Amino acid sequence: MTTVRIPSPLRRYTNSQSKVQASGATVQELINNLEAEYPGVKSRLCDDSGQIKRYVNVFVNGNEIRTLQGPETPVAATDEISIVPAMAGGR
Amino acid sequence: MAYITSDQLLAKLRQEIKEISVHELADKLDKGEITLVDIRGRDEWDQGHISGAAHIPRGFLELQIETRQANRRKPIAVMCAGGVRSLLGARDLQTMGYRNVVSVAGGFSGWKNAGYPFVVPRTLTPEQRNRYARHIVMPEVGEEGQLKLMDASVLLIGAGGLGSPAAIYLAAAGVGRIGLVDFDVVDTSNLQRQIIHRLDDVDKPKVESAAHTIGQLNPDVSVIGHRTQITSQNAFNIISQYDIVINGSDNFPTRYLVNDACVLLGKPLVDASVLRFEGQVTVFDTTKGGPCYRCLYPDPPPPGEVPSCAEGGVLGVLPGIIGSLEALEAIKLILGQGDPLVGRLLQYDALDGEFRALNIAKNPACPVCGEHPTVTELIDYNQFCGVPPVEVVSANGAQAAVSA
Ligand SMILES: [Zn+2]
Repeated sequence: MTTVRIPSPLRRYTNSQSKVQASGATVQELINNLEAEYPGVKSRLCDDSGQIKRYVNVFVNGNEIRTLQGPETPVAATDEISIVPAMAGGR
Repeated sequence: MAYITSDQLLAKLRQEIKEISVHELADKLDKGEITLVDIRGRDEWDQGHISGAAHIPRGFLELQIETRQANRRKPIAVMCAGGVRSLLGARDLQTMGYRNVVSVAGGFSGWKNAGYPFVVPRTLTPEQRNRYARHIVMPEVGEEGQLKLMDASVLLIGAGGLGSPAAIYLAAAGVGRIGLVDFDVVDTSNLQRQIIHRLDDVDKPKVESAAHTIGQLNPDVSVIGHRTQITSQNAFNIISQYDIVINGSDNFPTRYLVNDACVLLGKPLVDASVLRFEGQVTVFDTTKGGPCYRCLYPDPPPPGEVPSCAEGGVLGVLPGIIGSLEALEAIKLILGQGDPLVGRLLQYDALDGEFRALNIAKNPACPVCGEHPTVTELIDYNQFCGVPPVEVVSANGAQAAVSA
């Protein structure tokens, strides 16, 4: 199982957990399995065609997947996934 | 007990310590072969010194030499005004195990009389030297760095949650000119996090309240209040007056606007945002080859998808931490010290108690900083973000519809 860091706006889908465990050989698979466990998460991460939304960044061990193999980026059990959406708050 | 006179001591030292001429010194400095330590007093140093020399007054020589050169084998030249005190200084370094110490014969006077270049530094007043003593004592800052801070100008977008701590720390650090762009007035609900404002300031413009607080903290700092909303019309004019921009805004249209304006003007942008218990901070500097906000987030989320602090809440101390990090990154840029957060997003989760640095890459297809930019001037950012234009009251009280 891989550790996935959940950002604040998505924690209402994960019972307020900031970290969850999920399985999957690629980022894509992992998101699908995350959706099975926590319904609603995927629609916040991916658009209708299944692509990661352009205001969301997914990192595998600190590297953004667009610089790796995108949704096909392989994931190992020891990896750490971070999901970082755009946030505007500052005042 | 036998004694010797000072003349005898110097004669003895001249036999024990190797001396070099100012010409030999110039040659070695040119080749980068030697560390030059000027051990004269503060006043003598202030009247002129060799560029690149380390200044350690003789009384502190043994205590501070290791911060400049810890390697006992590396060559060191000790210089004073005329070449006498430097013999004593060189002897003291030899006592500490420095094996390759020379004294500069003729000292700084000899250097100057031979026509070699020197600099006369701008200096701090005794009050400033005292105020910034904890900065000046650090070799990474020193008096030179403090003067850089005092010459610098930083623009803060928003005098709110992030802008408050950033402005306070920049002012305390002596940043010479601080600009604040904010249209709002202080509300009681701001005081939970916006520490630059006080209860007495409620209903006053935030730029006035912030300027007042800064004035009480450090009268050396000049504060320029821009009591307006930053828009596509005024952004270039406002931003171009400053060296660095710190973003503390609370909406996506302003974030894209400030990003594009900074990319197009070539200004470094320290960007951060907060929500609930989480914050993120990074430095966008496309002049250093780094990514920009659009590289990280090519499109804004649809309105309503990501909660604002007003909707989602924010722990008051969180912008305190993240805004302070923004001030710190700005100071690093001004001093030219350390690794700025260019190409890295530092993320803080307060509940987990963890900081994480994530690598962010420049997008070669970025519409504003990429190889073939399509955004070459400021656009309508409300339209870009799908937000209806906001009604704002301009500073003179007239109603005006603006597109941010
Ligand atoms: Zn870009």
